[in-house]
Amino acid sequence: MPERLSARGLTGAAGGPFGIALGRGDAMAITGPSGAGKSVLLRMIADLDPHEGAILLDGVDRATIAAPLWRRRVAYLAAEPGWWHDDTAPHFPDRPRTEALMPSLALDPGLLNQPVHRLSTGERMRLAFIRTLLNEPEILLLDEPTGALDPHATALVETLLIERLRAGAALILVTHDMAQASRLGARRFHLEAGTLTPR
Amino acid sequence: MKPILLTPFDLIIASSLVVLDAVVSVLLGLRLHKQILVAAARCTIQLLLIGFLLRFVFAIDTPALTLGVILVMVAIAGREVAARPEKKLARYGNQIAGLSAVALATFVTAIFALATALRPHPWYDARYAIPLAGIMLGNALNAASLSLDALLSGVMRERSAIEAQLALGTRFRDAMRPLIRASVRRGILPIINTMSAAGIVTLPGIMTGQILAGLDPVEAVKYQILLMFLLAGANGIAAVGAAYFAAARLTDSRERLRVDRLK
Repeated sequence: MPERLSARGLTGAAGGPFGIALGRGDAMAITGPSGAGKSVLLRMIADLDPHEGAILLDGVDRATIAAPLWRRRVAYLAAEPGWWHDDTAPHFPDRPRTEALMPSLALDPGLLNQPVHRLSTGERMRLAFIRTLLNEPEILLLDEPTGALDPHATALVETLLIERLRAGAALILVTHDMAQASRLGARRFHLEAGTLTPR
Repeated sequence: MKPILLTPFDLIIASSLVVLDAVVSVLLGLRLHKQILVAAARCTIQLLLIGFLLRFVFAIDTPALTLGVILVMVAIAGREVAARPEKKLARYGNQIAGLSAVALATFVTAIFALATALRPHPWYDARYAIPLAGIMLGNALNAASLSLDALLSGVMRERSAIEAQLALGTRFRDAMRPLIRASVRRGILPIINTMSAAGIVTLPGIMTGQILAGLDPVEAVKYQILLMFLLAGANGIAAVGAAYFAAARLTDSRERLRVDRLK
């Protein structure tokens, strides 16, 4: 069976060359000291940062896929995602699907009527996660997705992630939480001094 | 009506006012007297040089020389636009964006005016082309530098918002649209203020100069209105040009946001 995501010779600001292979339902957790380039590695895979190397998605070369479409399918979620409207609702053009997902992350749909700056860090993080999920990406690249969340909300995010993995998605997440990696059944890697080593 | 021609003696009398400024500076301890005198001297020398240069260029009046003078003016204006913003694009990005914006704005509006309203014979007559290009450049410079500065400082401020959209599969040009809009607005607002205030708050320089030179006020006003409209066009083109040329430099073939090209 062809791999979902395979990367060879990825070299950029995070170091490298990195090789990555993920099958359907595979998860990979990356740890490492801050500043080691964990975020940059995710951004390279999402094609947000310049780099060298080849990446295939379901056997198709990224170079043949338009960049916006690639990022829709291989979705990067930053540790502190940005917002580009004052109000929350305009960030979610598909309101019914958004409202349907919100309770599963313990979010009141009424939050959509609030200005973004009124939301707590944890609410913003979960809403940004929903924003990403609504694109139904095949690969999720998550940068400390539960860093700002309490244990309950963290468990809800993990439940949604496991659902996506079962549906055939693949996941790479940056985390400091070893227990989280094992709950998600993720292979663990350590990034330091420009090299990625299995743990 | 003949203009009243000034003699050097007239200017020397007027220069007593500059000396008055210097005396005020000494009396109040402003420490500006040297600067005032140097600035006045620079002003005199620079303007006399340009006066003689223009007299020479008008006398020769060949298209190549006229174009050459205008190109030098465009290059200096482009450099000024590039120097104003705090942030600089790598690989001469500011210079290229600034130069392209002011050159486009100046040539489009100046040629438009020479071909339609003014129609001198020949249309590239240096007496018309050079002053016209000068006014357009001065304003286009202002609009382009405001727009460029707004875009370059805004892109750093809005970086995470723009990248969040890119990460969701939004096209670069769509993610940049609000910022480009804000930058162009910033570049165009001054000419709107100038047009609104003209004749009420201020008597614009061109018109004032022509009235002093003996032209009928209504004729002078007609010239001023034409120039205002040309300036509105030049400012719009310069502001849009600077924002788009700079935005193009901030991305690549994979529609990334390349803030690494900003120093």
